[in-house]
Amino acid sequence: MTRLSLEGIACFRGGRLLFEDLNLVLKSGEGMIITGANGVGKSSLLRIAAGLLAPAAGRVVRDGAVALAAEAAALDEDRTLFAALAFWARLDGGNDEAVAMALAAMGLAQLAPVPVRLLSTGQRRRATLARVIASGAGIWLLDEPASGLDAASLNELAAAMAGHLAAGGVILAASHQPLGLEMRELGL
Amino acid sequence: MSPFARLVRRDLARDFAHGGAWLPLVFYLLVATLFPFAIGPDAVLLAKVGSGALWTAALLAALLPVERLVRPDIASGVLDQLAVRGHSDEGIAAAKLMAHWLSFGPLLMIATVPAAALLNLDGVVLERLEIGLLLGTPGLAALGLAVAALTASLRSTGALIGLVMLPLAVPLLIFGSSQGAGALKLLAATSLLFVAGAPFVAGAALRAGRT
Repeated sequence: MTRLSLEGIACFRGGRLLFEDLNLVLKSGEGMIITGANGVGKSSLLRIAAGLLAPAAGRVVRDGAVALAAEAAALDEDRTLFAALAFWARLDGGNDEAVAMALAAMGLAQLAPVPVRLLSTGQRRRATLARVIASGAGIWLLDEPASGLDAASLNELAAAMAGHLAAGGVILAASHQPLGLEMRELGL
Repeated sequence: MSPFARLVRRDLARDFAHGGAWLPLVFYLLVATLFPFAIGPDAVLLAKVGSGALWTAALLAALLPVERLVRPDIASGVLDQLAVRGHSDEGIAAAKLMAHWLSFGPLLMIATVPAAALLNLDGVVLERLEIGLLLGTPGLAALGLAVAALTASLRSTGALIGLVMLPLAVPLLIFGSSQGAGALKLLAATSLLFVAGAPFVAGAALRAGRT
């Protein structure tokens, strides 16, 4: 049973209180989209949920593996897209098949032999999402997953997210744009 | 393959893909070539200072890769991704230490053979130098990693890395180039201390630097 719960979370950054007493529970098959103006703490909330940032108050409970798509792609520039994704997939206990499926899901199959440094901004974004898909993790934390994506890629993203939720996964996404999927909304 | 081995392999592959791993080696050989030019073709004198000269060269060569050890992995989000997967910062640092040593320690030892010939060092001195490098380069790698992690979040660290690392490396230099009886044991002890401590220092630095 995949589950993510944030209980009474407060976030204090740069001497400023961004938000406090934030509670949310996401159970298998549930997704939530965080909205709000720039600098309101959406990315910080995701980093807290991922365990990268200690909350000033409250606690985070994660039942299940976590996959985070942050701003940085975390893919080695000199390797081919396939090899860079395969590094993470194998670390997560997956195999080449998982990588191939994730690449196909984000429409990147043809770019598999291309070095990561040659990818465009949008392709990089899709590669980051492919890393999340290939991880097989139950909890997806997506920071602006739709930024830089074209219409076709947006559909692929929505399909991948719908598939993940249908398979019992959990999604917490921060986004300015609609993700083409019916989800609860949390305004920060 | 264990996650540790995967991390080591990934770091090594990256070092050699950039060609950066060859830089300390070339630098080391270049310094060894400069000494006979600077001191003159006095074979006796060269043989006398050679061991110390090569240790100094090794120390300076060990500085070169330090700036690229940790900072690029923070910028590209790789360290964040490893942390999300629950890998401990100390474990990551230990893997980085292993990969860092593998990328320059053995190469430096091989390069010492032609370097010793340039400086007219005989077989006995060469053997001692090789043993000293085998014991001392892990200590140099450990220092390099700890300094790299500590300075990763600062801007323009080029000169700072040398200023922080070189004084700490003085014991390695003294015990490595000394011909005294117990020098190699002290070298091994110092190196062991650095290798044992570096993953914890670097791990704590990585954790503190995560924002």
